[in-house]
Amino acid sequence: MAGVRALGVLSRLSAKRYALLTARTHVNYEVKGDVAVIRMNDPNSKVNTLSVQMQKEMIEVMGEVWADNAVNSAVLISSKPGCFIAGADINMIQACKDAEEVAKLSQEGQKMFEQVEKSPKPIVAAINGSCLGGGLEFAIACQYRVATKSKKTVLGTPEVMLGLLPGAGGTQRLPKMVGLPSAFDMMLTGRNIRADKAKKMGLVDHLVDPLGPGLKSPEERTIDYLEEIAIECARGIANKKIPLRKEKGRMQKIQDYIMSFELVRNQIYKTVHGKVMKQSKGLYPAPLKIIECVKTGVEQGPTAGYLAESQNFGQLAKTTESAALIGLYHGQVACKKNRFGTPEKEVKTLAILGAGLMGAGIAQVTVDKGVHTILKDTALAGLARGEQQVYKGLNDKTKKKSITSFQRDSILSNLTGQLDYKGFEKADMVIEAVFEDINIKHAVLKEVEAVVSPQCIFATNTSALPIKEIAAVSKRPEKVIGMHYFSPVDKMQLLEIITTDKTSKDTTASAVAVGLKQGKVIIVVGDGPGFYTTRCLAPMLAEAVRVLQEGVDPKKLDALTTNFGFPVGAATLADEVGIDVAAHVAEDLGKAFGSRFGGGNVDVLKTMVDLGFKGRKSGKGCYVYQPGSKVKEVNPEIGDILEKFKMAANPAVSSDSDVQYRLVSRFVNEAVLCLQEGILNNPLEGDIGAVFGLGFPPSHGGPFRFVDSFGADKLVEKMRRFEAVYGNQFTPCQLLLDHAKNSSKKFHK
Amino acid sequence: MASMLLNSMRSCSVSHSWAMRFGKMSSSSVSKKTLARPGVKNIVLVEGVRTPFLLSGTTGLLNRTGVPKDAVDYIIYGTVIQEVKTSNVAREAAMGAGFSDKIPAHTVTMACISSNQAMTSAVGLIAAGQCDAVVAGGVEFMSDVPIRHSRKMRKTMLSLNKAKTLGQKLSLIGSIRMAHLSPELPAVAEFSTAETMGHSADRLAAAFGVSRVEQDEFAVRSHSLAKKAQESGLLEDVISFKVPGRDIVSKDNGIRPSSMEQMAKLKPAFIKPHGTVTAANSSFLTDGASAVLIMSEEKALAMGYKPKAYLRDFVYVSQDPKDQLLLGPTYSTPKVLERAGLSMSDIDVFEFHEAFAGQIMANLKAMDSDWFAQTYMGRKSKVGTPSMDKFNLWGGSLSLGHPFGATGCRLVTTVAHRLKKEGGQYGLVAACAAGGQGHAMVIEAYPQ
Repeated sequence: MAGVRALGVLSRLSAKRYALLTARTHVNYEVKGDVAVIRMNDPNSKVNTLSVQMQKEMIEVMGEVWADNAVNSAVLISSKPGCFIAGADINMIQACKDAEEVAKLSQEGQKMFEQVEKSPKPIVAAINGSCLGGGLEFAIACQYRVATKSKKTVLGTPEVMLGLLPGAGGTQRLPKMVGLPSAFDMMLTGRNIRADKAKKMGLVDHLVDPLGPGLKSPEERTIDYLEEIAIECARGIANKKIPLRKEKGRMQKIQDYIMSFELVRNQIYKTVHGKVMKQSKGLYPAPLKIIECVKTGVEQGPTAGYLAESQNFGQLAKTTESAALIGLYHGQVACKKNRFGTPEKEVKTLAILGAGLMGAGIAQVTVDKGVHTILKDTALAGLARGEQQVYKGLNDKTKKKSITSFQRDSILSNLTGQLDYKGFEKADMVIEAVFEDINIKHAVLKEVEAVVSPQCIFATNTSALPIKEIAAVSKRPEKVIGMHYFSPVDKMQLLEIITTDKTSKDTTASAVAVGLKQGKVIIVVGDGPGFYTTRCLAPMLAEAVRVLQEGVDPKKLDALTTNFGFPVGAATLADEVGIDVAAHVAEDLGKAFGSRFGGGNVDVLKTMVDLGFKGRKSGKGCYVYQPGSKVKEVNPEIGDILEKFKMAANPAVSSDSDVQYRLVSRFVNEAVLCLQEGILNNPLEGDIGAVFGLGFPPSHGGPFRFVDSFGADKLVEKMRRFEAVYGNQFTPCQLLLDHAKNSSKKFHK
Repeated sequence: MASMLLNSMRSCSVSHSWAMRFGKMSSSSVSKKTLARPGVKNIVLVEGVRTPFLLSGTTGLLNRTGVPKDAVDYIIYGTVIQEVKTSNVAREAAMGAGFSDKIPAHTVTMACISSNQAMTSAVGLIAAGQCDAVVAGGVEFMSDVPIRHSRKMRKTMLSLNKAKTLGQKLSLIGSIRMAHLSPELPAVAEFSTAETMGHSADRLAAAFGVSRVEQDEFAVRSHSLAKKAQESGLLEDVISFKVPGRDIVSKDNGIRPSSMEQMAKLKPAFIKPHGTVTAANSSFLTDGASAVLIMSEEKALAMGYKPKAYLRDFVYVSQDPKDQLLLGPTYSTPKVLERAGLSMSDIDVFEFHEAFAGQIMANLKAMDSDWFAQTYMGRKSKVGTPSMDKFNLWGGSLSLGHPFGATGCRLVTTVAHRLKKEGGQYGLVAACAAGGQGHAMVIEAYPQ
């Protein structure tokens, strides 16, 4: 799921319109003594981006600063609390017609930063808040960097997560600044680096502590303080009191010496290339291009390096992968907003029923947001396990030093573990995560409604049971809603919220607000068997079982799916979800949707469950799981089961590629059908749900974007071929057929 | 050291103050009204003494005053860093000083305002009618803080106690590695934020825009005022102390007035390289002990004492330990004034605990800011600042030193002495403490 998770930390690059004013609106400067303080502030957005307007004004201001004889040095600072420069303007890149135009954009950026780098007057970048992408490239072109030690101050090059590369000198300057290994790490993972780490890496020269309240608000005063210190630094550099070249440490010297051998460098390129190929299966062009640009710059000199950077940037910007990733980024931003408005009552106390993996996981992501959380179970042992899970989650954060042990303890004081319904009258929302059985769910709902206030919302966490069936016994069906979390809750970003016709708008708004507080990406879907996510996954898993029955080894099945871009193979996914859960869902949905959900024989799964092969949790499933061992072997006993249920493979539809498309097309068709039936509100949420909840290949951007880029007609053509062999499981739905008939119809404009 | 100090209190002479017994009702020269309230017991400060505050390394004390052994009902001591062997240091000190072993004693802790807490606990006991005379004080031994073994080593040592066979013991001993041997030093850091106090003070000063020069100037002021007070013999609460094996110490030995040029040379101590808090504009940690004798007015007069002052209203406050760690005085001053029904201009003597020059300046700026009062204190307008002509005129913690647990009693005793010397009626003590806490007390002069 690494790919899915990685997407979650996408930077905040944002879109905006530019004001067509003649006066400078984005960049201004003021001279303090002999130091020019250049302030950036995009009036139309919460963050600064390197938009056309920003760049134009910056060049003007720089020109004036260089021309002013009274100025000896400059400080570059943002007036926005929490953001230095969040990156380049994505819309500006997307608006370009072709690769050449994007390459030209990149060259302009390179030129501007080259002037900054060669500035006769030292420029100090004063960084508070996000300094990402083009922002970081700007900062490292400056002569000196001062940053606040705030949690909001992060530096990074997240371009790779948008299928791009740092196209304004980043691939050339970063290796020189932090060394090859760190530069590759930053650019290939796109991860955010906190200020103290950046200082250790040499990315930042000087740190400033964030301040508390004084005669101004903490945010304002911290920016002023940063500016004061940066001015001192700028003056110090101009007066040669602060040296720009730092004395290198012994380790640094040794590293430099080792790096001076071409052989060593080549080995690094090879290793990094191998790693990228292994992780991305070669499905993502950006990481490979980054390696190429760095290599060209280091081995053939800056001229060739900068040229390679701008040209590759141009090419990448026009790839479908980049479009898919940028689409996901926009979708993620959209799914982090509450389109149902502000709920009447904020949830301050949340009760969770069931302290299992799911219940405790929900508690874990709630309790650290300052919400009083009640975790209730029926057995002491189960409760203890659940509380331990919450503790462990927080303690791991302490070990990673993202929170202190004091914060951990104070967070835990918000958690109440109990076996009874004491205090439920104060709960604003109850989320049940008990066993997936309609009778148990009914019993629990009645028990809860007997003790809670009439305003309390009852959310049920189920992966397949229709919410209206659960709500049937409720006294207040308008307060009943579905909240489908994905396991492990603290890692998986998606939350699928399911509303029935009776669910009130305020209940939905409240559930979305809670989910957002928990840090989730949220899709809101209509009620029905399997809702959206489970319903898409079920036919694909049914197909996977058939593929196994046709004699494909689980390892081969995994390879086929991961090679298509799924972060987790189909067999492994079944083990992770749990074979028993899969069997349960397959049976339920099979009943609801009939033969369309057929394919593999459900009895394969049932037999596995009977033999105790419930997947990872039981130690055996498609694979054997041994604690401590990383190599997983195929469960030898599964061969007998598959032998028993063996089906003859039809060679006409059993090539590797056909198997891949059989799996994917069923997934995609079901997703489109969900949109057709109104389960989904829009294709964007469908893409987000599939990628963040089920691991649909991010390189394709989700089922709907996949149809757009692959071509609905081509997909239908493939499906018709499969349909001829297997029947209605591959019958394309009407909406898909409409798109196939008219190629101008697209899900995403 | 604390026991010797108590000893000196015990032998406090009584005779000369009999004459003053009937002076109680005579009106004083000050025209302001008294804070006495019907139904509320008048509680008085009878005497206050302290050892010289010494830079870590010296200890010792000689007798000066006395208290009849059986007149004291209770003893309360404040301390911060506790020695494991004397966790109830008040009890040990009391017995060591020759007080009757029938007098109960307990120890309180509240960081830098521990001895304030000891005093106000005493006030509470007397007001509640539980006691009539209580000795309250504070003691700190910075030169002998308990240094712990590392957690690993402690665990090994504890298991060693439980090990039964020689084999088990040997295997445990064998498990000790170099890492086990590194000790844990106690730090002046907040437990909740892991930030040292100096670091927080530097950030606080920066938040209020207090410059390095302002801080250095205030530190120089503190040292020169302390020097002047010492030379004029105003620090009469100090009693001499014999350091075992060395000379008698009778003066605070940290008072060192220096020039602004010298002050400017020092490098920042906590935030490097651009910080403003240096060793010279911070209070220094010392050994020291202080004690006061607190009684109900009737009892004091009945016993023939001439009380020094009334202890009136007091408050404790607390706020964010991260960004407002040292703003206690800003919050506590207006609160205690409100309780007493006084305004800033009614106060004749201010004694604020000077943890850092930057902290004092930040508090003064906070008290002078309408914005701060409205945004963070829920007040309509600013608190207002104390007049510098009345502020810490005999030096403060910056120059005299700061034995955590003992500073509170020094502040109160100094207010009492200054009221007497300067002829004022009301004094105000305010202090900040680790944990983001603060304290303030109003003291009224005893009619002459």
